[in-house]
Amino acid sequence: MSVTFTLNGTPRTIDADPETPLLWVLRDDLKMTGTKFGCGIAQCGACTVHLDGDPIRSCQTLLEDIEGASITTIEGVNGKAAEAVKAAWSELDVPQCGYCQSGQILAATALLTETPKPTDEDIDYAMDGNVCRCATYARIRKAIHVAADKMEA
Amino acid sequence: MLHLLEKPLEAARPSRRSFLKMSAGALGGLMLALRMPGTARAASNAGDFAQPFVHIRPDNKVIVLIKHLDKGQGTASGLATLVADELDADAAQIETDFAPANVDLYKNLAFGVQGTGGSTAIANSFLQYRTAGAAAKAMLVAAAAGEWDVPAAEVTVSRGVVSHASGKSATFGELAGLAAAQEVPAEPALKKPEDWIYIGKSFARVDVPAKSSGAVGLYGMDHQADNMLVAVLARPPKFGAVPTSFDDAEARKIEGVVDVVSVPSGVAVLATSTWPAINARGLLEVTWDEAVAESRSTAEMAEELAAMTSEKGLPVPGGEGDADGALAQAANVIEVDYAFPFLAHAPMEPLDITVLYDGETATFWTGSQFQTIDQMVTAGVLGLTPDKIAINTTWAGGSFGRRAQPDSHYFAEAALIAKARLEAGNPPQPIKVVWTREDDIKGGYYRPMVAHKARVGFDEDGNVLGWQHRIATKSIMKGTSFEQFMVKDGVDATSVEGIGELPYSMPAFQAEVHNAETAVPVLWWRSVGHTHTGYVAETMMDRLAKQAGEDPLAYRLKHIKHDRLAGVLKLAAEKAGWDKPLPEGRYRGIAAVESFGSFVAEVAEISFREDGTVKVEKVTCAVDCGIPVNPDNIRAQMEGGIGYGLGAVLRNEITLTDGIVDQENFDTYLPIRMTDMPEIDVHIVPSEEAPSGAGEPGTPPIGPAVANAIAAAKDIWITDLPLSKHDLA
Ligand code: FES
Ligand code: FES
Repeated sequence: MSVTFTLNGTPRTIDADPETPLLWVLRDDLKMTGTKFGCGIAQCGACTVHLDGDPIRSCQTLLEDIEGASITTIEGVNGKAAEAVKAAWSELDVPQCGYCQSGQILAATALLTETPKPTDEDIDYAMDGNVCRCATYARIRKAIHVAADKMEA
Repeated sequence: MLHLLEKPLEAARPSRRSFLKMSAGALGGLMLALRMPGTARAASNAGDFAQPFVHIRPDNKVIVLIKHLDKGQGTASGLATLVADELDADAAQIETDFAPANVDLYKNLAFGVQGTGGSTAIANSFLQYRTAGAAAKAMLVAAAAGEWDVPAAEVTVSRGVVSHASGKSATFGELAGLAAAQEVPAEPALKKPEDWIYIGKSFARVDVPAKSSGAVGLYGMDHQADNMLVAVLARPPKFGAVPTSFDDAEARKIEGVVDVVSVPSGVAVLATSTWPAINARGLLEVTWDEAVAESRSTAEMAEELAAMTSEKGLPVPGGEGDADGALAQAANVIEVDYAFPFLAHAPMEPLDITVLYDGETATFWTGSQFQTIDQMVTAGVLGLTPDKIAINTTWAGGSFGRRAQPDSHYFAEAALIAKARLEAGNPPQPIKVVWTREDDIKGGYYRPMVAHKARVGFDEDGNVLGWQHRIATKSIMKGTSFEQFMVKDGVDATSVEGIGELPYSMPAFQAEVHNAETAVPVLWWRSVGHTHTGYVAETMMDRLAKQAGEDPLAYRLKHIKHDRLAGVLKLAAEKAGWDKPLPEGRYRGIAAVESFGSFVAEVAEISFREDGTVKVEKVTCAVDCGIPVNPDNIRAQMEGGIGYGLGAVLRNEITLTDGIVDQENFDTYLPIRMTDMPEIDVHIVPSEEAPSGAGEPGTPPIGPAVANAIAAAKDIWITDLPLSKHDLA
C-alpha cells in the first residue's frame, strides 16, 4: 500500500507496510537519520517530528496515520522559532552526546511557536517528555529562554 | 523450521576463552602481535601534511585525529584545543576525525591499549597532543623559512597565518606540502601557560554545530550502507542461558526477513530494515538452556551480600591502625548496613554495531570505546590477526561505561553473526546489529549490586576509636583481560576505590572485601566504585559529625587528609552560603569525593513536594581537576554528571524476579527528566596541576549530598537506594 504525505515541504509517496512506524520509514526507507530511535514506546522523545506543526512521537505514528499530513523533521525544520532555537543551542553548547537533541530542538521549536515567551512551568510541561541521558536539561531550559529573547529582538 | 543447535556454547566459547587469556598477556607483552603500519589516513596526497595526530590539507583545514571515543564528554574538542593552541591555528580551520584502531599510534598512555575511560582522555593526551601541535607548527615554520630564505627564528605564526617581517605570509594550507617534507622535531618547544590562547579559556566545541541541527548520520545507529541487513536478536530471558533450539516459521513470514541465525548470545533475525527485524524477533520461539543461568531474585542476592559482610573478608590495602582491636575495646559501636542495586547505563543511543566480513578482513562501524580490545576479541572470534580488523569509530550517543567492554561482547556477537552468514555460503554483506531499549535495559553489564557494613567504635566520651568496613560485591575485573592489573590478592581495585583508604584520618580504619558470584554480567558505570563508596563514606561522615555534635563541614575539615579536597569543600560551602540560614522548608547537605584524580564537592539544597517526595532545588558544585583545559566543558560535565547521578539515586534500580529482569524500557527504568533537574552552579578551582578528568567525578557526591540533606530535614538516614523505595521520589 502506498501513502502520500508532505515531508519537509515536498510531497512524498511511500510504498511500504502501512503499519510501519514513521520513525523507521524516515530512518531506513528514506535514510533520513536525524530522527532518532531511543525507546520505541513514546517515552523518550528522541523520535520527535512535527505533524502539521505539532510535536509527535514518530515511533508511535504509523505510516497509514499520516496520509495527507505534513511532516517536518529536524532536516527540514525552519522558520523564526527553529532558527532561534538552533542558534541558542549552539551558543550555549547545549548538546553533550547530542543523540536526544534533534527531538529536544523540535519540541522546543513547537513550544516557542505556540508560546513565544514561555515560563519555566511552560518549559517543564512542554519538555518533560524528552529524555536526555546526558542530563543537559539545565542548558536546554536556559537555551529556550535565550531563543525566546532572540525571537523578540 | 525447527533448528536444533548442537552445543552452542562449545561452538564459540573455547577459542574465545583462550583468546581472552592471551589478551591478558597481550596487554603486557604480546603487543607486538598488534603492530600495524601507520594510519591509513596518514597516506598523504601531494600537498598534504599528514602526521598521526595532525593533518593539514591544501584547503587550509587542520584535521585533528582523535584517538579517543567522544560519547558526549567533549573529548574531541578538548584534544583539538590542545593541538590548535600549540599550532596557533585559527579555531575556525580546525576539524576532527576519529583515528583508526592502531595501538602503536593511538594507545591511551594511561592504559597501554587504545581505549577511553576512567576520565583519562585529557590527562593522558595533554602533553602528547600539545607536542603534536607544536611539532606541526615547527615544521610549518621551517617550510616557510626555507621558502622565503629567512631564518626560522624570524618566522611567526598567529591564528593560522605564517608570516615574516618582510611582509611575506602564507596560510597553513599553502605550506602543508612543504612542511610535510621537514624533519619531525623530537622535542618541540611547548608554550608557557601564560601564552596559551585557547587552553583554559574557550574553544568552540567541534561537534556542536552538527548536534544543534540534528546530528544527522553521526552515530553508529545512523550507519547506512548499500545492501545492508539489520539484525535484532532474541536474547536469553535469564543471564547465562543459551539457545538450544528455535522455531522461526512465523518470523520468516514477515516481509523483509532474510535469515535467522543462532549465536551463543541469542537468535538473530536478519532483515532488510530495522522494523521487520524487530517485529520478527517477537515471533521467534526459542528454547533456552538455563542450567547455568542466574535464577535467583535480587532480593535473595541482596541477602547473600548482606550476610557476607558479617564475615571477615579480604583485607583492602590502605588501612591504618588496628581497627579490629579498637572495636573490641569500644564502649559503644554503631553498625550501619548499606545496599545498592544493579544499575543500567541506559545511554540514549542503545548499542549498535555494523560489521562487514569477507573471510579475510572485517570492518566495523560503531562507537568503539576500547578499540584495541575490540580488535583483539573479534580477531580471536574470526580466527584472524588483529591487523585484519578495521574499526571506524563513530560518535556515540552516550556510554557512561557501557561501550567500554573488557569482553567486547557486542563486537563478538556481530562478528559471529557475520561469520555464520558467510559460512552458510552467503556473500559478504554489511550487517548492522541493533539493540532495542529493551535489549539495553534487560541486557546486563550493570553497575554491580553492593552491600557495605560500617562498624564504628567510640570510647566513653563519644570519640571515635576505630572504623571497620566491609564490602560485598561481584568484581568487575575478575575474569577479564584487566584482571592481572586491577585485581591484587583477590581485591578488585574498582570494588573498593574511594574507601580502601578513607580521605579522612581516623585513629584506626580497615576495609575488607568479599567477592560475590552471579551470572549477571557487571560493568563500570560512570565513576565505577565511587558510585557506592562515595555514598557510604560521605553519609557516614555526616552521621559521625552528628554523633559528635559538630557541623558536617567543620567535622570533615578537621579530619580531612587532602588539601585539594578541603579546597573544594570550602569553596562549595562558601558559594552555597553554608553558614547562612535557609528559607523555611529548604534543607542542605554536603559531600565531597576525590575520583580519577579530580576533587569535587557538592552542596545540595532540597525541599519536599506536597506528596513527600524530594525536590532537589539547587546544587552548588566546586571542582578541582587541575589545569581546566575547557572550562565551559568542565561545567557541562559537572552538570551532566550530577544529573546522571541524581537520576539513579532518585529512582533507578534493576531488579530480578527468579532471574528475570523486571524492568524493560523507560516506562519502568525511569530516567531523570526536566522537572527533576536542579539549578546547578559550578565553580572551578584555578590550578596549575596537571589536568585530570571531568567526565565522571561530578557523579559521586550528589547522592550523599542529597541523602545528607534528607537527614538534616527528617533525621532519617537512607542506607538503601534508590530514594523511590522510601517514597521520597
Ligand atoms: S523513540 Fe519514540 S519516544 Fe522514544
Ligand atoms: S545530549 Fe546525550 S542524551 Fe541528550
